[in-house]
Amino acid sequence: MQALLAQLLVGLINGSFYALLSLGLAVIFGMLNIINFAHGALYMMGAFCAYFLLNLFGIGYWWALILAPLIVGAFGMLMERTLLQWLSGLDHLYGLLLTFGVALIIQGLFQNYFGSSGLPYAIPDELRGGMNLGFMFLPIYRGWVVVFSLVVCLLTWYLIERTRLGANLRAATENPTLVRAFGINVPRMITLTYGLGVGLAALAGVLSAPINQVRPLMGADLIIVVFAVVVIGGMGSIMGSIITGFALGVIEGLTKYFYPEASNTVVFVLMVLVLLVKPSGLTGRAT
Amino acid sequence: MSTITQNSVPAPSTRRPVRDEMIAFALMTVVLAVVPFTGVYPFFVMQGLCFALLACAFNLLIGYGGLLSFGHAMFLGTAGYVTAHALKVWELPPELGIVVGTAAAFGLSVITGLIAIRRQGIYFAMITLALSQLLYFIYLQAPFTHGEDGIQGIPQGKMFGFIDLQNSTTLYFVVLVGFLLGFLIIYRAINSPFGEVLKAIRENEPRAISLGYKTDHYKLLAFILSGTLAGFAGALKVFVAQNASLTDVHWSMSGEIVLMTLVGGLGTVFGPVVGAFVIIAMQQYLAGFGQWVTVIQGVIFVACVLTFRRGIVGEIGHYFKRSL
Repeated sequence: MQALLAQLLVGLINGSFYALLSLGLAVIFGMLNIINFAHGALYMMGAFCAYFLLNLFGIGYWWALILAPLIVGAFGMLMERTLLQWLSGLDHLYGLLLTFGVALIIQGLFQNYFGSSGLPYAIPDELRGGMNLGFMFLPIYRGWVVVFSLVVCLLTWYLIERTRLGANLRAATENPTLVRAFGINVPRMITLTYGLGVGLAALAGVLSAPINQVRPLMGADLIIVVFAVVVIGGMGSIMGSIITGFALGVIEGLTKYFYPEASNTVVFVLMVLVLLVKPSGLTGRAT
Repeated sequence: MSTITQNSVPAPSTRRPVRDEMIAFALMTVVLAVVPFTGVYPFFVMQGLCFALLACAFNLLIGYGGLLSFGHAMFLGTAGYVTAHALKVWELPPELGIVVGTAAAFGLSVITGLIAIRRQGIYFAMITLALSQLLYFIYLQAPFTHGEDGIQGIPQGKMFGFIDLQNSTTLYFVVLVGFLLGFLIIYRAINSPFGEVLKAIRENEPRAISLGYKTDHYKLLAFILSGTLAGFAGALKVFVAQNASLTDVHWSMSGEIVLMTLVGGLGTVFGPVVGAFVIIAMQQYLAGFGQWVTVIQGVIFVACVLTFRRGIVGEIGHYFKRSL
């Protein structure tokens, strides 16, 4: 029972990362029509950013939680302005290929300077220790990650689905020319949206730094699982990616308890099953 | 819904300039046949040939069908493991080893093709990527692949009982014949009614459907042909490298295949061959720079996508107004 609950918790944590990352991918896909292959590398940059802030400037976890997404998000916006914007009008596949190239550059550079081994990042003092819930022992930091990312996901959902800004954004994805005619600066909105998606990836990176070590390739394999999550969810709705992200994390956790051999593959197997039954994904619009 | 569009990839003219391609093919064959006598490291050229065939097979899918598979390494790796296992454990002769390995890639491409063609465009890319990662984890755990160690020390043996593959010149020509065979199959497929339908699907799938073509059938056939030939390349590679390892199934290998084709020229007949040799040479000569090779590859990727979408052969062909 203890082990089952522990695996469930691990699953929920992984699910938080899946949700944050696939949410960012969905936001970017909505506006730029690009599958951001660099998402894993930007997640890794978020974690490294927190590491640098602490070790070079003595800036701790709480500020890193705000600063790292801003810094990496700014980097993302620069990337959108200098590289991605030239691809508008071209086939979607070129966006995938370009961001794949960017991911190689970023990961290669970090590997050159930091090798492939992990750098430690300590859990902040306020979130150390654990709580005895009676039926299980809950490390506070892990609980924090789940709650915090859930809140961030819901805030993003609210921003996009329930505010004026979000309405403009969704309108711009449907018909950019028309939205421009209303006097809205669509290119700037695209840049900011990319920044937002990248910021979400970086935030996930900061959250993950104390749990997983800070490594140049920490996002490389994760991104493929997230892609599978995206295929399963279908990326049709913001809420869909959040729910799918968490749900798949939990399913992965349960598999680790009942049949550990399959824990690496269960998400991919689920992807195959979903594709066989419903090719457009669980919440997806048919393409 | 969209596939590779006309302005992004040079659309081959409907008139087929077969003569140019024949000359280029003859030239390529002569160069490759002479290479082992010029003092170039034969292992390097053989490896290049395997990757060239792999990239050509991949190009059949993206360049003519508009389908970006980001998991083609799974065919290379699967055929490699099966061939290696057949040679070492079942002690099959080389020709049967190649047949068994290629057959495994065929079976795999039927299954993965049926799953992957249910979605298009970037989803297709993500699904192939995820499927190849699924296989990566299976091979990591399956006992017959020996996990991280891979299958080592594979006997090369005698093909048909008399072609001694331990002799590197003999092996070279066997690999060359295999490459040319695969290349000609792809060439034939492209220049057939089947190839024309594939191009039509790439340009405008709804229109192809409205003309009465069952586009899913064509896409699946292209996927199976591409996967099987990629597997054939993987089976040949076992004899060259004398091992089968996880590197060949990892998704970064799939990325390299994409890069080779992109550098040489998507949708050109000879582009993938040139691209494969360029990338292999780069890795060979820059090996001392460690991870900088990854960075350089990334820069090439970005440069190709932004400014150089036709690739080397595509640019040359465009300059001389020839389709190569």
